[in-house]
Amino acid sequence: MLEIYTAALINGLLIGGVYALVALGLTLIYGVLHIVNFAHGSLLMVAMFAAWVLAEKAGVSPYAALPVVACGMFAVGWALYRYVIGRVSRGEDRAILLATLGVSVVLDNLFLAIFGGDTRQIEGDLTFAMWEVGPLLLAVPKVIAFGVSLVLAGGLWAFMARTDMGRAIRAVAKEPEGARLMGIRPERVFALAYGIGIGCLGAAGCLLLPSFFVSPHVGSVFVLVAFTIVVLGGMGSFPGAVVGGLLIGVTESLGGLVLGESLGPIGISLVFIAVLLLRPTGLFGAAR
Amino acid sequence: MSQFLRLSRRGALAGAATLAMPAIGGAQAAPVKVGLIHPVTGALAGAGGRCRAGGLMAIEDINAAGGIKSMGGAKLEAILGDAQGRPEIATQLVDQMAEAGAAGFTGCFASALGLAATQAAAKYNIPFSIDSGIADAITTRGLKNTFRFFPNNSTATADAMAALGALNKAAGSPAKTAVIVHEDSEFGTNSVKLQAAMLPGIGIEVKALLPHATPTRDFTNIVLRIKAEKPDIVLISNYENEYVLLARTLVQQRVDLVSTFSISGGGFNLKFAKEAPTVAENMIDFNHWHNPKDPRSVAFRKRVEAASGFYSWEHPFGYFAVKLLADAWERAGSADKERAIAALNGSTMADHFMPYGPTKFTNGQNSGAHPVALQIQKGDMTVIWPNEVSDAKAVFPRPKA
Repeated sequence: MLEIYTAALINGLLIGGVYALVALGLTLIYGVLHIVNFAHGSLLMVAMFAAWVLAEKAGVSPYAALPVVACGMFAVGWALYRYVIGRVSRGEDRAILLATLGVSVVLDNLFLAIFGGDTRQIEGDLTFAMWEVGPLLLAVPKVIAFGVSLVLAGGLWAFMARTDMGRAIRAVAKEPEGARLMGIRPERVFALAYGIGIGCLGAAGCLLLPSFFVSPHVGSVFVLVAFTIVVLGGMGSFPGAVVGGLLIGVTESLGGLVLGESLGPIGISLVFIAVLLLRPTGLFGAAR
Repeated sequence: MSQFLRLSRRGALAGAATLAMPAIGGAQAAPVKVGLIHPVTGALAGAGGRCRAGGLMAIEDINAAGGIKSMGGAKLEAILGDAQGRPEIATQLVDQMAEAGAAGFTGCFASALGLAATQAAAKYNIPFSIDSGIADAITTRGLKNTFRFFPNNSTATADAMAALGALNKAAGSPAKTAVIVHEDSEFGTNSVKLQAAMLPGIGIEVKALLPHATPTRDFTNIVLRIKAEKPDIVLISNYENEYVLLARTLVQQRVDLVSTFSISGGGFNLKFAKEAPTVAENMIDFNHWHNPKDPRSVAFRKRVEAASGFYSWEHPFGYFAVKLLADAWERAGSADKERAIAALNGSTMADHFMPYGPTKFTNGQNSGAHPVALQIQKGDMTVIWPNEVSDAKAVFPRPKA
């Protein structure tokens, strides 16, 4: 029995790494820019389909495709904000929310029309590669996703804390008028930051595909969890996204084992409520 | 905005031809309108779209062959509706299509949609030919207008257990224990109750029932629990996404099994066989399929694959649901509701390639309809039971990894 609990704990950490990947882009968009990005799940779906098409039609491994898909998704995110969300919303939060919802509806149905509603997957070189740790078998694609999410979180944290652009993003998010007076153009910074957040989804899509499936509705499987992680970890905190992801992953895994897979997800809500009761700004959120 | 579309390419061509040429014969028989109600957006869009495609193929074939001959060659005209996976939309579509003059309906892929739509159609007493939707209740509520050419859930489960028992016995009974993994809504829970009650009757002890939510994002824990139970076979009752994840995790975690067996497995199709060949190979599913020994089925599959690249059982379902209605109108010599329903009740349609024999309806259910046991072998779908229609020998137990 101890073996199963140990396996569930480790598996929870690995799943948490995957959740963190999806949440990293969102913590920048939602946590820093305060854009309630309803299109986050749909854009994850777009990234996963991009990786799937490259793998299925061109034989390119999702890992090899990662830089291309991430850059492509950055461009998609930047253009979406610059030419759609930014223009439609004119800076109003309510309008931004509706604009991202509209983008989500269009993307979901566009991909449904192109690819149909079926579940698609790939079998690659690493699909059945397992890392044997004692009696445990750990899926290599999940271990890779876990490692990359840590690296990506560190990179994003460094970018936001140590670069001029990171400071500009934070400045615009906090005080757009003040930033404008300092010579920063908020619209450009918002588009860039939105692009970076969606670029993260590009990486997440490539890392998810080998151990998951893709369909036009796959985004909805992850997006609610991602919002939960961002709030739980602390709005805009990259370490918070990783720790929050791991916590949710472990809670879900152990909850499934103890309460059964049907009731297990209740654990996520309980942990979420408990953390916010004790730390209203989230695990790594700055005090207001 | 209207939620449905009228479509008749041949009707449009016929109309153009009428304008271009002087009238040389008598008046053209009025078209017979058929309402096709399916979820073509939302989570069920793939399967719903395939049912619709099958229905449209039937309309194309019937019209190309001269329409309903006993009605002066009346052509069929499709009215398309998107139920979006929502029963209330399916009901609205019935009302709209009835208003638009639909003489019959087919649909709706999912049982929940079919239950709602048939009830709505019963108000108008318009015949409804179910194309997919396995719930017994669709035809057991006493609705006089509702007919199902295809099998219901009770038949499917009883046949599946008979098939599993026969396959196991023929192999020397290597499967003595089972674990059942199922999704925890009405579909999975009810199916599993029936299975768990029947398995001891074929000499298989149920060691555990493992329910899971939909969606479930990871099956490692469930598979670890399966490993701990050490069953000979795993029975699966869930939807497409969870089916493929569970199947993959069973291989990843190197679970040693005699076989896997599902009933109407959500993800068990030719796409799964192509995209996940390692996982899919030798998996067994008890499901709907054509009679592979009937040459018409081979031609039909090729035609679908040439048009859309992907063939599934939903295509013949959509196809023969329309054919059943057309056969009734042909026999009745009219699209009158009462006469069509009487013709359906007395239907003996044998012009099909499903392994059912001629139709014989009892309270709206075709009593000769039976699913078959399917196995993916070398990347293709094979029928392994019953022997009369099988085109491959069962790989049971499956080879050790």
